[in-house]
Amino acid sequence: MSDYTNDRITLAHGGGGRLSRTLVEDVFLPVLGNDCLNRLNDSAVLNLPDKRIAFTTDSFVVDPLFFPGGDIGRLAVCGTVNDLAVMGAVPRYLSLGLIIEEGFELESLRSIIQSIKDAADEAGVTIVTGDTKVVARGQADGLYINTSGIGSIERDLPVHKGRVRSGDLLIVNAPLGQHGMAVITSREELGFKTTIKSDVAPLNGLIDEMLRVSENISAMRDATRGGLAGVLNEMADQGDVQIILDEIAIPVNEDVHIACDMLGFEAIHVANEGVLLAAVPPDEADRMISTMRLHPYGRHAAVIGEVGDKGRARVTMRTHIGTHRVIDVLSGEQLPRIC
Amino acid sequence: MTLKGEDAVYTAQRLAELINFEAANMPMAFMEVCGTHTMAIARNGIKSLLPECIRLISGPGCPVCVTSNEFLDKAIALAERSDVIICTFGDMIRVPGSRCSLEEQRGLGSDIRIVGSTLDALALADKNRDKDIVFLGIGFETTAPTVAAAIIEAYNKRLDNFSVLCAHKVMPQPMKALSESSLNIDGYILPGHVSAIIGEAPYSFLADDYNKACVISGFEPLDILESILRLVRQVRKGFFFIENQYVRVVKPQGNPTAQELLSQVFEPADAEWRGLGIIADSGLAIRDEYAQFDADKKYQISIAPPIEPPGCRCGEVLTGSITPDLCGLFGTSCTPMHPVGACMVSSEGSCAAHYRYTLRDA
Repeated sequence: MSDYTNDRITLAHGGGGRLSRTLVEDVFLPVLGNDCLNRLNDSAVLNLPDKRIAFTTDSFVVDPLFFPGGDIGRLAVCGTVNDLAVMGAVPRYLSLGLIIEEGFELESLRSIIQSIKDAADEAGVTIVTGDTKVVARGQADGLYINTSGIGSIERDLPVHKGRVRSGDLLIVNAPLGQHGMAVITSREELGFKTTIKSDVAPLNGLIDEMLRVSENISAMRDATRGGLAGVLNEMADQGDVQIILDEIAIPVNEDVHIACDMLGFEAIHVANEGVLLAAVPPDEADRMISTMRLHPYGRHAAVIGEVGDKGRARVTMRTHIGTHRVIDVLSGEQLPRIC
Repeated sequence: MTLKGEDAVYTAQRLAELINFEAANMPMAFMEVCGTHTMAIARNGIKSLLPECIRLISGPGCPVCVTSNEFLDKAIALAERSDVIICTFGDMIRVPGSRCSLEEQRGLGSDIRIVGSTLDALALADKNRDKDIVFLGIGFETTAPTVAAAIIEAYNKRLDNFSVLCAHKVMPQPMKALSESSLNIDGYILPGHVSAIIGEAPYSFLADDYNKACVISGFEPLDILESILRLVRQVRKGFFFIENQYVRVVKPQGNPTAQELLSQVFEPADAEWRGLGIIADSGLAIRDEYAQFDADKKYQISIAPPIEPPGCRCGEVLTGSITPDLCGLFGTSCTPMHPVGACMVSSEGSCAAHYRYTLRDA
């Protein structure tokens, strides 16, 4: 194929000329194309059913680009979809911005575009606008992606405000730490291999089911960077409440537990890409759990703790031996321990 | 000893009751020497299960924390050279040296990489023959054998662009110093991983010469509680010996292969410990046969006299003289986000453990 030197992306593919056009028509449109995107206009003109929208943006720089359970493409779609969905919005439209390093393999790009398409289809969102830049070798690490998303807000729900209330029970949908540990342990330099797979998934389907069961969900968050501990501390601060967790109720798979132990991490601090935390009134928790467990992304749904009294914002945990301790946010980057 | 659910709660309570009963209000102080124990104790709230008469003191067993500023300053001086790539385990990177940390130095453009093992550093040396790879060798008997193995491999492969800036230390010697100090330690929770390498014998002087209770312990909370119970029993009976609670991992003779590697590459040397000063024969120096892999000798690094951060009491924390909260910087100007001293940086540091897991008033 003469438009690609050694089947790799060149600077000219981002130059706005003929090769840029080739890239769009040959790689992007056949996979991602739709009525809106195919027009190749300077911006997308969208129809929205409601006046209120949710709008979010996120950039993705994961290393490695392909990891067990997913890749940067699936991540870029799911991350933005989930940010919309946990606010009670119905994700509709996504933008896609790519920054590609010169020399990036065409085959890898195609594979990532395909998984963007697959994830978008699964989530029921449409990629309506996009942009590609190519930077010189060494100025980026393979590929960076930015996605922005628009979701429609179809009814007024307490979850839009995101304030927990004393007495709420806290529910997670899936085992913790899968994404972070899958990515970390797939980095070559770590020197050990595991079978851990990322949980990266669009959660809007599950959330839709949850909102059908109860309109009284007081807060919902996806526990990405900073892990569950991070969002719990934010919830405690925002609501000025104490949050009490029960260690043995928190779902963590054995392989993640072992890998965390080896590296000196705790699963509650590790990033997830398919875990949501919801605060629900206690009398609705049972029904919520049984509904969630019927959904593929909610099979391990469990109540992991409760919201305590107002006026003392902190997160504590009853450990598996019955003692209590504080759950703090992670400081800085998570570092492997050395002995 | 991994129990789950209510079994674990029941066993923990039962062990706590036995400890309380057998200690019978006799004041006792036990030191956990190993940073992993410090973390496990804090993470599992073990102190809250113990009677008031039992005091747990954190010891100097966090390798990052006991590494001197001089070592860090040397590492940073080497990192400033454009022909050098520094390889280090992750915990080291945020520790403040006299002027900056390795992380800050990396921000200035130095090539400093976090590796998961010494083999990765060797592979890097193999791939980048035009660069010098300097591995920061810190850690106790647990990590030192892997560094020894890497040096032997570099020797066999004739990799002349690989060297180790060596600050490896051994565990038993500082415990001698601590046993002679004014801390009045009654016994030691001995490090499980180090013991898996060196076995039981190197500690025997603690029981024989200093009348210290000694139990090699595993890292699960129930392991630690059981070890504390055994320490209490030794003290109550006045009968001191090296007891092995961690039999599922630690053999009495240790790991002879690892010991052989250690003695092939290293020889005992005096070493500087943050907080403890220079302790005779407490370090591992690279033997002359392998001098070409000793970064200290290879580069003859000269640095300005190291500066300790004013107000930082890491030294006293490391020797168990004070608890972290008694340091004036703790939780105010020294936090995990902005650490002043090494004990706040390392995931195994006493201050980090205390900061993260202790129930503080909001």
